[in-house]
Amino acid sequence: MINEALVLSSLLFVLGTFGVLVRRNAIIMFLCIELQLNAVNLAFIAFSRLMGIDGQVFVFFVMTVAAAEAAVGLAIIISVFRHYETVNVDNFKLLRW
Amino acid sequence: MTIDFSRQLHYVWALLPEIILCVSGMVILVVGVSGRYRHAHMAAGGSIESKSGDDLGWLALLGLLGAAMANAWLYSVTEVGESSMIAVDRFRLFSNWIFLLAAVLGILISFAYVYRQRLQAGEFYALILFATAGMMFMVGARDLIVVFLGLEVMSIAVYTLTAFNRRDRKSAEGGLKYFLLGAFSTGFLLYGIALVYGATGSTNVAVIGEAISNGEASMGLLSPAVALLTIGFAFKVSAIPFHMWTPDVYEGAPAPVTAWMSAAVKAAAFVAFLRVFMVGFDAIYALWYPILWWLAAITMVGANLIALVQTNIKRMLAYSSIAHTGYLLVAIAAANETAAAGMLFYLLVYTLMNMGAFAIVMSVSHHSEERLYIDDYVGFGWSQPLLGVFLTVFLLSLAGFPGTGGFMGKIYLLLGAAESDLWILSVILVLTTVVSYWYYLRVAWVMWMKDPETEGQHNRIIVPFPMRFALLASVGLILYVGIFPSAALEFARTSIEGLGTFGGGLIGQGP
Repeated sequence: MINEALVLSSLLFVLGTFGVLVRRNAIIMFLCIELQLNAVNLAFIAFSRLMGIDGQVFVFFVMTVAAAEAAVGLAIIISVFRHYETVNVDNFKLLRW
Repeated sequence: MTIDFSRQLHYVWALLPEIILCVSGMVILVVGVSGRYRHAHMAAGGSIESKSGDDLGWLALLGLLGAAMANAWLYSVTEVGESSMIAVDRFRLFSNWIFLLAAVLGILISFAYVYRQRLQAGEFYALILFATAGMMFMVGARDLIVVFLGLEVMSIAVYTLTAFNRRDRKSAEGGLKYFLLGAFSTGFLLYGIALVYGATGSTNVAVIGEAISNGEASMGLLSPAVALLTIGFAFKVSAIPFHMWTPDVYEGAPAPVTAWMSAAVKAAAFVAFLRVFMVGFDAIYALWYPILWWLAAITMVGANLIALVQTNIKRMLAYSSIAHTGYLLVAIAAANETAAAGMLFYLLVYTLMNMGAFAIVMSVSHHSEERLYIDDYVGFGWSQPLLGVFLTVFLLSLAGFPGTGGFMGKIYLLLGAAESDLWILSVILVLTTVVSYWYYLRVAWVMWMKDPETEGQHNRIIVPFPMRFALLASVGLILYVGIFPSAALEFARTSIEGLGTFGGGLIGQGP
């Protein structure tokens, strides 16, 4: 059981990483980062079947922080959109990526 | 007083500096938006936008003073009950001094900028305090949960501060880049933590260290975990090849934020890096040491070479800060007590000299985002002699010129590296330092030696009283620790004691 969960979690994590590196839309990139965080949550829950309650506690912290990050991140994306009318990261010319 | 971690209430005493910072941050937030405050400033002159916000800055300094007093008080407590979440050791308290110093300097130099750029003063100063509290959580953590929480409290506040100037598109864009890459690196760090938890069954750094040295940990999970944690921390300290965000964020962020974050965020990440790797992963030094060796070597060489061709002074200082990351990574690769003490000493000096240099860049650019090219410094030295001398001292210290704090810091990093037989890294450190003289001294050359084409372009430079005080204190401290380093170094050395057993220096020569 734990092996399947870990394989799924690592697949999700790789998918998220790949998405951040390949996609150029800031919101999609942010979604992929959330996918990574959920892969981490899955790994924690899988491990805590063997290791005890700590992992599940950690998941709550990760979810809370992810929510806070989403609030700040979307606000920043909006403020970028106001200046550029796009959230595609290739379009930013002022500073080099 | 003794702090007993089996009693819940005692956590309040152990976290007193952080709690004071958080509470004063919230007070500043509320005062900044309260009707009475706005009303008073409306009556004092014009619109809400024209309020100076200085009083909120002084309030923030008061909060920092309270946190400093709590931090000094924590030296007198003793700790019982070993593996708790929070460490009350001298290592944490010394790092707290660095963050408090950085926050005080950062607030002192931002008064004029906040006023000129019409930033919301309440939120600005409150976010600096929250980020400082996050840094303190990070370095005081004995548990990876607290490291993660502290890191995020710090990072989210700094993302916001980077994008703080909403009228400036560069600021928004820098904020977006920092946010995306920062959150991305957090993902790596978290996956690393999850795998460490799977390998050892605990998130407590000391327990992890014991499990690994007893051979109870599964190496199949531990090796990817260490790699992922290294990537996560390398992003935060901006080591090459994980540095892409640094120049853009440092250029885009409001200048006082750049000054402050280039010193404080890096210091917090380094101190947590050191604690996790030296206490938690001490027994597998052979596994992570080659990674850090290469990271340090590539960072030192790459950053110093790229800095040579920069024309924008904020970008040049950004690459210089990446180069300093490389020097500090040598200390982590060396992983012995001398190197750890040298790292703390270096972080202290680095905070002073980097913030000082950025403060002068700010005043040359008239507390806004103009005149940021190195050519704008032509004739600066002769028309503003005192500021010119100060900037020269900061640049010489960053370059590591004898008689300044930066020189002594590099000497102690080299001593630490020598103790672990890292000869090749030491040679790279010395050679890249010689290269770095070129781009630091070029600025000094431009401002003293080059004849200005137009007269009077530096007449509009103003240095308000708080910034004058910050500059004077930085120059004084840099020269003091450069000429009499023993007191500060002794302080750093005693701060390392009791951190853990260091098994570093078992190989040497190179990976």
